[in-house]
Amino acid sequence: MTIRVCVPRDATALSLGADAVAKAIAAEGKRTGAAVQVVRTSSRGLFWLEPFVEVETKQGRIGYGPVEPGDVADLFAMGFLQGNAHRLSQGKVEAIPFLAKQERLCFARAGITDPLSLADYEAHGGLRGLQRALGMAPAAVVEEVVASGLRGRGGAGFPTGIKWRTVAAAAGTPKYVVANADEGDSGTYSDRMVMEGDPFVLLEGMAIAGYATGASYGYIYLRSEYPHAAKVLNEALATLRAAGWYGTNVRGSGFAFDAEVRIGAGAYICGEETALLESLEGKRGMIRYKPPLPAIKGLFGQPTVVNNVVSLASVPIILDKGGKYYADFGMGRSRGTLPIQLAGNVKRAGLVEKAFGVTLRQLIEDYGGGTRSGRPVRAVQVGGPLGAYFDGSLLDLPLDYEALAAKKGMVGHGGIVVFDDTVDMAEQARYAMEFCAVESCGKCTPCRIGSTRGRELIEQIIQKKNVTANHRQLLALCDVMENASLCALGGMAPWPVLSALQYFPGDFGLPAGKEPAHVV
Amino acid sequence: MKKDSVVPRTRGPRSGPALSAADSSKLQPILDRWASVPGSLLPILHDVQAAFGHVPPGVVRPIAKALNRSRAEIHGVISFYHDFRTTPPGRAVLKLCQAESCQACGSRELTAHVERALGCKLGQTSPDGAVTIEPVYCLGNCAVSPAAMLDGELHGRVTPAKADALLEQARSAR
Repeated sequence: MTIRVCVPRDATALSLGADAVAKAIAAEGKRTGAAVQVVRTSSRGLFWLEPFVEVETKQGRIGYGPVEPGDVADLFAMGFLQGNAHRLSQGKVEAIPFLAKQERLCFARAGITDPLSLADYEAHGGLRGLQRALGMAPAAVVEEVVASGLRGRGGAGFPTGIKWRTVAAAAGTPKYVVANADEGDSGTYSDRMVMEGDPFVLLEGMAIAGYATGASYGYIYLRSEYPHAAKVLNEALATLRAAGWYGTNVRGSGFAFDAEVRIGAGAYICGEETALLESLEGKRGMIRYKPPLPAIKGLFGQPTVVNNVVSLASVPIILDKGGKYYADFGMGRSRGTLPIQLAGNVKRAGLVEKAFGVTLRQLIEDYGGGTRSGRPVRAVQVGGPLGAYFDGSLLDLPLDYEALAAKKGMVGHGGIVVFDDTVDMAEQARYAMEFCAVESCGKCTPCRIGSTRGRELIEQIIQKKNVTANHRQLLALCDVMENASLCALGGMAPWPVLSALQYFPGDFGLPAGKEPAHVV
Repeated sequence: MKKDSVVPRTRGPRSGPALSAADSSKLQPILDRWASVPGSLLPILHDVQAAFGHVPPGVVRPIAKALNRSRAEIHGVISFYHDFRTTPPGRAVLKLCQAESCQACGSRELTAHVERALGCKLGQTSPDGAVTIEPVYCLGNCAVSPAAMLDGELHGRVTPAKADALLEQARSAR
């Protein structure tokens, strides 16, 4: 009997040589006469083990990793096709503690299926959500999403169902669904994993959004840094069209929906929804004033749903199992699960999908296993380049929109970047302002000018020039940026700066224990 | 009145020299493919950069004409986005991630190492014209930082030694 061996085709796995490993396994199979079929799956998100090879055995899937091409002959010799022990063996994949303790809803298929096999997708619960939605009234679909409590996973945390309600009620045709796939935050890769590893779930979510709101066309605005995702999405779109799930008459329901992939051009600001819409219209990615909301006047002036990839990818399971099923996960006003991405200097970096409420310490110590360098954790940045830096005293915070906001932090897109004790927090603060200056769209003065002045002030403080006066000036500047910028880029770029000043004053040559750096 | 007005009245440096006949025929199919598609400027510019290796200033005028937009708008879009370059790059392009996750794993030292090895700074091309190094702010490979991308191919856990191997590969490619 042919034995199936799964090798991921996820970009991170490829960046560590997964293609060469897959080739080596096929070649060794041929050489030894073993009946092996190499299947290219997506990644489970256990990235420290990549390239992670899984063998389908009678006891279930047995994992081996990290595998290099040079290990393949030895794996064959030791009988890995029968799931035998080997120094690279990780045992039963489902039993690996990192994975076993997760609650995977959005990423239920990650690493299990062939991302481009529609049959595989359907066999693992795919398309049930859209099927059920098509049998419901559009308004009932919207209410199901409202009941789930799903909030925008891109960072802003706005209730998805409420947004849909607004678009559904808005007058005008055509309406659009836009998937925000401009995942620019450092330390985040869950959108990429969805698009490369389970593209149909995003496309199914978009079709449900279209049906619920009366939209007939969708765009996936994908960042140019993700070429693998672009390829997979385009193939997945073609497959859905051929199978009648996309097109002028979706599965005979009379509902018409199609979508296309558009590639960004390396501008972080285009992750902001109005800048994204400008970019889709072929303009500079400058943000728009709100109101009007994109839900009322969005792409080409029409009512538009703009949702993050993970938000849309969470919709099919909500429609399949009901809003209540999803809402039963989580805490407070943060319902459901969050795909958390462990990144930076962490031993076991990867994807952890958990219900809201898990603490930073559990994530970094239990899942992450501490730093990759083996040195103590000194700082953690949560929620991307605009998120606050926390020190060790704050690691018991639960991951929850409101709990982090109370500490002037944010869940953001769920990225956690870990730094060890070699980090210079003054340099990190300087970089935060520099990044804002590089990526500012230039529409409002606090962001465009403030970021450059902020960088200069921090540089002066680092050089010990007029430290007291420059510190005071920096706090005032941050106050202006926070309160007078048009969007979150200028409005939140001060957060990593202020938090670095608050928790790590020594790095700036400032005395500890002064009044909190936060102005507001 | 000043002799040289700030706003070029005739064909100014922004629109550059007109395209050669050969280049025009390279551009035309791109315009034919996209001109009637809504919001198609970014796809056009991506296709131009794929075909020409960069976005030559001479394409501004024909693109503006095809889309019925001003040359200033087209120029504005080209200059806004980091991806579009108006001069040819080196024979290979190496993007080095500069964002936080990679910083936590030594990207500053890695960048300094590559700059030394090539004898040029980020955003520049090595004197032999072999490699252009560009900053990039996140490649989504943050679980295996530091990350780099060589001519569209992604690499993870890039140590200085691995970077040297990538540079060697880039230099030996045609």
